[in-house]
Amino acid sequence: MTATTLAGLTGAALIGLGLYGVLVNVHALRKILAFNLIGSGVFLVFGLVARRGAVAGFAADPVPQAMVITGIVVAFSATALAIGLLLRLHERRVEDAAAESDNRSDNKSDKT
Amino acid sequence: MTVLDLLDTGLAVLVLAVAAWTIVARSNFAAVIGFMTYGLLLSLVWARIAALDVAITEAAIGSGVTGLLLIGAAVRLRALEKSDTAGQVGGLGRVGAAVLSVLVVVALAAVFLSAEGQGPSLAPEAARHLPQFGLGNPITAVLMAYRAIDTMLEKVVLILAVIGVWSLAPDGAWGGAPANLSLAEPDPALVYLARVLPPFGIVVSIYIAWVGASEPGGAFQGGALLAAMALVVLMARLAPAPEVGRLWLRLVIVSGPVTFLAVGLLGFAIATGFLAYPTAYAKALILFIEAFMVLSIAAMLPLLVLGPPKVPGGRA
Repeated sequence: MTATTLAGLTGAALIGLGLYGVLVNVHALRKILAFNLIGSGVFLVFGLVARRGAVAGFAADPVPQAMVITGIVVAFSATALAIGLLLRLHERRVEDAAAESDNRSDNKSDKT
Repeated sequence: MTVLDLLDTGLAVLVLAVAAWTIVARSNFAAVIGFMTYGLLLSLVWARIAALDVAITEAAIGSGVTGLLLIGAAVRLRALEKSDTAGQVGGLGRVGAAVLSVLVVVALAAVFLSAEGQGPSLAPEAARHLPQFGLGNPITAVLMAYRAIDTMLEKVVLILAVIGVWSLAPDGAWGGAPANLSLAEPDPALVYLARVLPPFGIVVSIYIAWVGASEPGGAFQGGALLAAMALVVLMARLAPAPEVGRLWLRLVIVSGPVTFLAVGLLGFAIATGFLAYPTAYAKALILFIEAFMVLSIAAMLPLLVLGPPKVPGGRA
């Protein structure tokens, strides 16, 4: 088995692992991680496609490789936005919980 | 089986084991560290299938910058982790998910193993026009010439992500600076590193961006390395995080895509159309665009890691 086929199979296995992680993990941060695993698995499949197109003296077809480079940057942008949303959601939850406990202690002091 | 085959198999097993760790690890922090390791191992796989440009990008952005972003998030979400066990998927659900995933893997693997010999390729096309641009690296030619519009729009995606992250700011903090990267006081060793490393890092990143015209490297990789230098300085708190309302910061962010668009429009006048380069100046124009793209990437990646503004600015 060549390194290329092996990389393609690794990509397939990564897509499966990531899919399992997205379905099973509860925490949103872990879902983002698993989603990134699927993404890099798909990129590896592009690597396999690039290697199969190795002609004209090139070790691999440059077009799929260029797409993967663009893809890695776009995947990072999406991850950063998802993390931003997640952290903001967490902050709001903490703020709401704090406001709720404040209300409760206010009510208690009213009664006494 | 040669030694190289053994190493390849070992690498694949290692990549999959670390990937599985990021799924099953108990703590978020451990999973994130696993993910960074995974990114570095994956860049070795990319190097093994002769995709050095991708390997550099994966190591710099896929592992390094993404890892920093995730570590910051894992630390901030630590309190949430313990309370958040509701909605856990039960045994039957897990088995179902596992069966589905295995089916997907088997189907994909069957397709890959059945694909034999030469696949369709655009490499001859890429090679034929390469001398026209004065470039030696076909990937740079694809990114900057054949599929230039993809690369330009990808920069716009980065800008949209920055706008999206900034717009999550609390009302009072708009226009201010993002919070510090590290919650604790920086380690003296880190401060020393942040003083010594950036001069070398800046030289290397300019070199990688410059050499990308003919060898593996390019604007993405150079920009990512420059961004890493900025992040080291920010982590050591040698420089404050910039206020997002500053005009200079916004000009740096848009400089890459704006230059790209301007040169693209210039193509109507001096070449055959949008994003076309005149043969005589093609390489010079491409390097000119890439210089500004490096600057944009180097600014936007750290801003995405820093997150939305938290500290009210001077002119909020």
